[in-house]
Amino acid sequence: MPVVMDADRINRTLTRIAHEILERKGGVEDLALIGIRTRGVPIARRLAQTIQSIQHAEVPTGALDITLYRDDLMRHAVGPQPVIHRTEIPFSIDDKRILLVDDVLYTGRTVRAALDALIDFGRPKSIQLVVLVDRGHRELPIKADYVGRNVPTSSAQSVQVHLAEIDGRDEVEIQEP
Amino acid sequence: MRKDLLGIGDLSAEEIYLVLDTAEAMREIGQRPIKKVPTLRGRTVVNLFYEPSTRTRTSFEIAEKRLSADTLNIAVAASSVLKGETLADTARNIEAMAPDVIVLRHEASGAGHLLSRICRSRIINAGDGMHEHPTQALLDAFTIREHKKRIEGLKVVIVGDLLHSRVLRSNVLLLTKLGADVWICGPATLIPPGMAPLGVRVSTSVDEAVAGADVIMLLRIQHERMHGAFFPSVREYFNTFGMTAARVARARPDVIIMHPGPMNRGVEIASEVADGPYSVILEQVANGVSVRMSVLYLLAGGQDGD
Repeated sequence: MPVVMDADRINRTLTRIAHEILERKGGVEDLALIGIRTRGVPIARRLAQTIQSIQHAEVPTGALDITLYRDDLMRHAVGPQPVIHRTEIPFSIDDKRILLVDDVLYTGRTVRAALDALIDFGRPKSIQLVVLVDRGHRELPIKADYVGRNVPTSSAQSVQVHLAEIDGRDEVEIQEP
Repeated sequence: MRKDLLGIGDLSAEEIYLVLDTAEAMREIGQRPIKKVPTLRGRTVVNLFYEPSTRTRTSFEIAEKRLSADTLNIAVAASSVLKGETLADTARNIEAMAPDVIVLRHEASGAGHLLSRICRSRIINAGDGMHEHPTQALLDAFTIREHKKRIEGLKVVIVGDLLHSRVLRSNVLLLTKLGADVWICGPATLIPPGMAPLGVRVSTSVDEAVAGADVIMLLRIQHERMHGAFFPSVREYFNTFGMTAARVARARPDVIIMHPGPMNRGVEIASEVADGPYSVILEQVANGVSVRMSVLYLLAGGQDGD
């Protein structure tokens, strides 16, 4: 199972993205980070911390569970429903510049659901997408604004992101079928 | 999860916790500016109510609408049931219009089981006779857990009209399954037979029962189901079993007072208690919506009827 990013590389990549965000956004004013559960949440928190250490300003951070917005939820008549986790956005997103954060960008369906969910919380000034890994194979017209690493894959493979907060270690690996 | 929710008796402790955890996530939706998610879009839910109900029917309807289901209310007072149609025929006719879920309230125990056998739709029991009212017990457990952070090991005392109460049955089944120390208390004439084997303590002394209680749950005196003399007078019932501030003082200082509604003030509960700082009665109503959203969501993914 080839490791495409180790802990060091993930760390440097997130620091680079934090700098890129500050450069392109020209500051932290009205900025907010929202991570998509599960692994988008710790990535959003790490980016917020890095931005804070560079700019000495706090960026509000939230967690979004998109399960109830999935387009495949009711397609399977048999089997248990996916477990729902709590959405926690402890601030108003109205007129904010939102950075939506996820670990892997693949078909784009998760991001589609996340956009629908976000719009139910208010009217942000803008929404941009940050991903640690873009593995291609889009099924919807969605593109990331900040990409940690482009990883070419076949659709039979799967990309596993491990993060210390959840999995005890930082690593991105490709799994063969 | 399973196809239908007919009673707590069918659920495992694991399934109960899944409903409660999912309800936690659902609650957040009610705090949003747009209190709606698209999850059950295109699904039809029929609320078939054979008994008067405001709280439960409204609660189900709000839960259904928050999940974007199309809802239809059939109030039997204005339906062809009054023209002599049986429950089974009514159900078959509704079924012919292909609803996904039927929420049933009926005065006969086991009405939900009958529908479950003849319908492909998922059935949610919203109260059947003197048998069960599962979503009420689930929302009670949700409320208890919110305040006490656990259910296992708590002393829960249920006082009132035990004989006619489906809320009692569902609560006893649920709370004992999750390891609570359950006491039931009421006049000897209103204690149903066969309760002790369910693992509950039975008492006719309210002072003894509430001593050291973590939770006191009151049940309504159901005059409409009483076809006999169960106690001499409402006044005497209040004096002997009514929950007053003096009786609440015997419980733990952090006791919570619950009531499934509708309350008879001055019968099973004193106004000072119903409106007291330990009362969580209105929280129960609010939690009812989250718990019913949870049940609707989990059942929609269950196995098909065939």
